[in-house]
Amino acid sequence: MSVASVETPVWVHRTPVKRLMLWAGWLGCVALFVWCWERMTQRTIWAFVWDAPNAAADIGSRAFPPRWSYMERLWAPLWDTINIATLGTLLGIMMAVPLAFLAASNTTPSRLILRPIALFAIVATRSINSLIWALLLVSILGPGILAGILAIALRSIGFIGKLLYEAIEETDIRQVEAISATGASQGQILTYGIVPQVLPSFYGISVFRWDINIRESAILGLVGAGGIGAQLNSSLNMLAWPQVMLIILVILGTVIISEWVSAKVRHAII
Amino acid sequence: MSTAYPTTWRKPPQMIHSRALRIALALGAVVYLVLAIGTIEVNWARVVAGMERAQRFVAGFLQPDFTTRWRDISNGLMESLTMTFTSTVVGVAISIPIGVGAARNVAPRAVYLVCRAIIATSRALQEIIVAIFFVALFGFGAFAGFLTLTFATIGFIGKLLAEDIEDIDEAQAEAIRATGASWLQLINYAIQPQVMPRLIGLSLYRLDINFRESAVIGIVGAGGIGAALNTSLSRYEYSSAGAILLIIIAIVMMAEYSSGYLRKWVK
Repeated sequence: MSVASVETPVWVHRTPVKRLMLWAGWLGCVALFVWCWERMTQRTIWAFVWDAPNAAADIGSRAFPPRWSYMERLWAPLWDTINIATLGTLLGIMMAVPLAFLAASNTTPSRLILRPIALFAIVATRSINSLIWALLLVSILGPGILAGILAIALRSIGFIGKLLYEAIEETDIRQVEAISATGASQGQILTYGIVPQVLPSFYGISVFRWDINIRESAILGLVGAGGIGAQLNSSLNMLAWPQVMLIILVILGTVIISEWVSAKVRHAII
Repeated sequence: MSTAYPTTWRKPPQMIHSRALRIALALGAVVYLVLAIGTIEVNWARVVAGMERAQRFVAGFLQPDFTTRWRDISNGLMESLTMTFTSTVVGVAISIPIGVGAARNVAPRAVYLVCRAIIATSRALQEIIVAIFFVALFGFGAFAGFLTLTFATIGFIGKLLAEDIEDIDEAQAEAIRATGASWLQLINYAIQPQVMPRLIGLSLYRLDINFRESAVIGIVGAGGIGAALNTSLSRYEYSSAGAILLIIIAIVMMAEYSSGYLRKWVK
């Protein structure tokens, strides 16, 4: 009798069925990708695509150097852009804070009626981009800063509301119990038990959202909601590439400064 | 003689302890607010006239009209969805080598700097501005949108993947290196198993973001459902616009819940 005929099983990572399923999954993904690609490029005009390097070289040669003298007409729109972001964030905070307290399961006054409504408001405002809000508001309120501020505010509600209600739900229950053991009323529990715990994350969230809003408010003008985007739009329509280049540089500079400010402030708080 | 203890308790200030600085900051904020609100020009006559439109919009939202413009809506939706999927796949495929290159612990310094520069460029430029340029270069339509979303995906996934690779458990990489493995084997056996679950999670999250963005870049001509929305709003067809917005909200909510569920399952 030879011992060698008894095969020792070779260790494998997955069973054959699992491996087959994995391959089928990958194959499905590839097939889906090919189908999507075909479907997407149905209406693509390939002549434009192959011509893109020429077009890029053309635009590049026209865009340099940026037209620096145009800067004097950009200060006012830049001020508007910063105002849209700041006032929009403030307005958003004002609407988001009550919503967050209604949506957090430990502070909501009614779990069955108000909480689902608040949660829906948070999700709905978050899933619509501020540019789409601006599109709607411009057609309702007319072009101008007001539409931009409201668009930023509406988009901010969902973001601030979601992060804030999660912070409220994560508060330490023992501090709340200690306050309520002193015979504090509901309002006192809120101000002395919960608010001090969420205040640092509240400031952090607000500054973070302000930073995002600066980015977003820079482009709202494309649909007529005021700010530097309006200048960008008119320069694009006139094919004034040196001005476009300058505006994009200004936007980039503003974004970098606001990111630096928000990083500093968040670092100081946390 | 007993010292007089205060009989009332005042909440100590939480953030800024200097009283003068607090007052100065409050004054500064008030001055800024007055200046900022002063520069808002509101044409109240236009707003009042717009209220009638607002009513029609709310009415359109409550009675969405899916049928009249269904061809445009379904075309836009199809473009958005295909654009989302293809751009996520291509973007993730490109961002894997860039992410590996941008991780300090596995890439040489020169490669690291180049890859970080690519990531920084992609993150600093907003999707809309990139879309404007790609539309100017590649013509209107979904292809420009696909390129925009791919470009944005590279920065997002590349940065997070690089940070993930930098945070790996070095002991496992050490063990693989000790067997005399080449660089490729190191990546394949020490790095990839550690970052794979998170990479899948990030890709799903990016799929979700890309759909949201695909709804927006259509406004500047890069195809997708945003173009349909823009058209219906400029035609004042609020019931079609309401239908499109409801579809966007429904898909975003669905994507958010299912990607959250899938990410839990992958972990």
